[in-house]
Amino acid sequence: METAAKQADLIREISGVNPYKCMKCGKCSASCPSYNEMDIKPHQFVSYVLHEDIESLVNSKSIWKCLSCFACVERCPRDVKPGKLIDAARQLVVRQKGQDFLLADEIPELLDPDIPQQLLVSAFRKYKR
Amino acid sequence: MQRIGVFVCHCGSNIAATVDVKKVVELIKLEPGVVHAEDYQYMCSEAGQEKIAVAIREKGLTGIVVCSCSPRMHEATFRKAAEKAGINPYMVEIANIREQCSWIHKDMEEATKKAVILARAAVAKVNLNAPLKPGESLVTKRALVIGGGIAGIQTALDIADAGYEVDIVEKTPSIGGRMSQLDKTFPTLDCSACILTPKMVDAAAHEKINIYTYSEVEKVSGFVGDFTVDIRKKARYVDMDKCTGCGVCQEKCPSKKAPSEFNRGLNKRSAIYTPFAQAIPNVPVIDADYCVKLKTGKCGLCEKVCQAGAIDYTQKDEIITQKYGAIVVATGFDVIKLDKYDEYAYSQSKDVITSLELERIMNAAGPTKGHLERLSDGKAPKNIVFIQCVGSRCSDNRGKSYCSKICCMYTAKHAMLIRDKYPDVNVTVFYIDVRTPGKNFDEFYRRAVEEYGVNYIKGQVGKVLPQPDGQLLVQGVDLIDNKQIKMEADMVVLAAAIEPESSVRKIATMLTASIDTNNFLTEAHPKLRPVESPTAGVFLSGVCQGPKDIPETVAQAGAAAVKVVGLLAKDKLLTNPCTAKPDELLCNGCSTCANVCPYGAISYEDKLINDHGIRETRRVASVNSALCQGCGACTVACPSGCMDLQGFSNRQIIAEVDAICR
Repeated sequence: METAAKQADLIREISGVNPYKCMKCGKCSASCPSYNEMDIKPHQFVSYVLHEDIESLVNSKSIWKCLSCFACVERCPRDVKPGKLIDAARQLVVRQKGQDFLLADEIPELLDPDIPQQLLVSAFRKYKR
Repeated sequence: MQRIGVFVCHCGSNIAATVDVKKVVELIKLEPGVVHAEDYQYMCSEAGQEKIAVAIREKGLTGIVVCSCSPRMHEATFRKAAEKAGINPYMVEIANIREQCSWIHKDMEEATKKAVILARAAVAKVNLNAPLKPGESLVTKRALVIGGGIAGIQTALDIADAGYEVDIVEKTPSIGGRMSQLDKTFPTLDCSACILTPKMVDAAAHEKINIYTYSEVEKVSGFVGDFTVDIRKKARYVDMDKCTGCGVCQEKCPSKKAPSEFNRGLNKRSAIYTPFAQAIPNVPVIDADYCVKLKTGKCGLCEKVCQAGAIDYTQKDEIITQKYGAIVVATGFDVIKLDKYDEYAYSQSKDVITSLELERIMNAAGPTKGHLERLSDGKAPKNIVFIQCVGSRCSDNRGKSYCSKICCMYTAKHAMLIRDKYPDVNVTVFYIDVRTPGKNFDEFYRRAVEEYGVNYIKGQVGKVLPQPDGQLLVQGVDLIDNKQIKMEADMVVLAAAIEPESSVRKIATMLTASIDTNNFLTEAHPKLRPVESPTAGVFLSGVCQGPKDIPETVAQAGAAAVKVVGLLAKDKLLTNPCTAKPDELLCNGCSTCANVCPYGAISYEDKLINDHGIRETRRVASVNSALCQGCGACTVACPSGCMDLQGFSNRQIIAEVDAICR
């Protein structure tokens, strides 16, 4: 396992998010439909990355409780997009494990024109475990 | 050959910490024409200026180079010092070794090298400088104020009180602006109309103030001291001299479907209307889009009932051309459109409103006669939620990057007024930060919490969901308790961001006044010249320059007025002598320069030319130096190289480039 600082860098790189832009308004947590299921709340994700406590994030329930609905990504006024951070933390875990549960070949059957493409990609990553 | 003195400024440590000033002095002494060079801690100080004067006297200098800050900062200072010591002020050149060198570099060796190069270029230019003499232009002793809100009214009153004529141009049918739409004002809670309408009356009654309402600026030409402005007086279809303001026409008008602009579209008005009862002038206008007579030719009821015979359906727009010495922009603001904020359900529910709409609802002359009620069903609300920062402080592409500054205070005001008048109504405010700097401002907000029991929650609202029973489900977060909150509300009030009034872009373009990415007008200096535009003779008043509340607006309005009065008090202005000059021997009369001149300063005349003994009449360019702004467009356009800019001649610029590349 890499050092905490390296892992935080990796999360920033995967997500493309600059957590310093956060103004701590909480609109992500206010929008989250899965809020009560989460142990680390969406707005806390940003500060965990800032404080480089990635260990807690990858071991949290939240990364598997996130619905990838992108409400927080859509509504974040500062372009911080916590959903992308959660997605990145999930990927960190996924990259360390193997075994696809959602196979690429099965995706076309599940396709619905109203589903945003990025959501599919997220779901694909999420259900890899 | 010039005798040039070079003066290198340390600017404390601003320059000296990055540039080896001693070395600059040492190396610049080797340049042709330089007979004197020295450095000093602060060249702009009195002692520094004295050093220039002494060197001019003792060394017989004919040209000066000061290596210091940007010429925008102190060129005028050093020119004045040189003039006092007896040499032409246009023999002074500035080498900017602060903003363009020491401030932007870290490596001392590199920065010193660059400073020497910049100084060398300036020396090369001074070697070719010629003494120039500024011309004079007359000042028209009349000011134009664009916008008739509190900013424009106050500026106009202050200018007029100093004894100068002022015209206010206001695009709506009445002066008063946004402030006239407000119910109460913070932090004293006095009624907005009670403090505004006397000022409106003062402006209308002032013998030096002339108000053009329902009018817009159409065209601006000229320059500081001598602007010529076309004002379009839109057809009112009502004779302003005959109308007595009795209001019968508005009562009888059968077309009552137009949304009332004054009440933010919350109710309807007649086609012939005054925006509000205290309107100034108290003369209605006919809205051609809704008037049955103007649209179909039938009706004419207002004409029949008007005892004064003031209705005139044949009125046309009128253009008034007037000269001004100074122009003040006071165009104000509007709230942003909320169509990008679907999550707050503004377009889905009548009970989700903006704060400005709440002002109208709370106002006795508003759509609900001042009763706090839901617009959907007229019921009295029991739970009201306020959402702060809607569209402010955003770095996404939906909102504005800035803080709108006034929302924290007006929300505290609204919350307090509601709790005071309707103590059984629960008021909740979702906030990100509460920003209340200002005299008695934080105390005001604390009163809302401590004395009026307003429930402030640190956190934002994620969404507002209209329910089938008409209630609004508000889903937010309390970041202190770390809890997501779902609460029912009867009304939701959005503190929508403010933005400059949309017409300001057009006006700024006409005035060649610079404007930023948010459409706020740029000031000449953010700290030291906050009420002046970089365009000479154009001044800024109110929110068109940046978000501000009423006390700040009034203070800025007064400051702008002082600047205008300072300008109008002068009989003549010195014009910049760095203007274009044609070499008549080279001019072939092609008109290229006249076509590119943005100021209309170039004309052509037939002139007797003596070309090496050949006398003939030729068509040659002639520059009106009062109109020329020295932009240099003609010098680049001229195919025969006959146009040159005095003080920035082609030879001088090439000499500078040569010196840099040497």
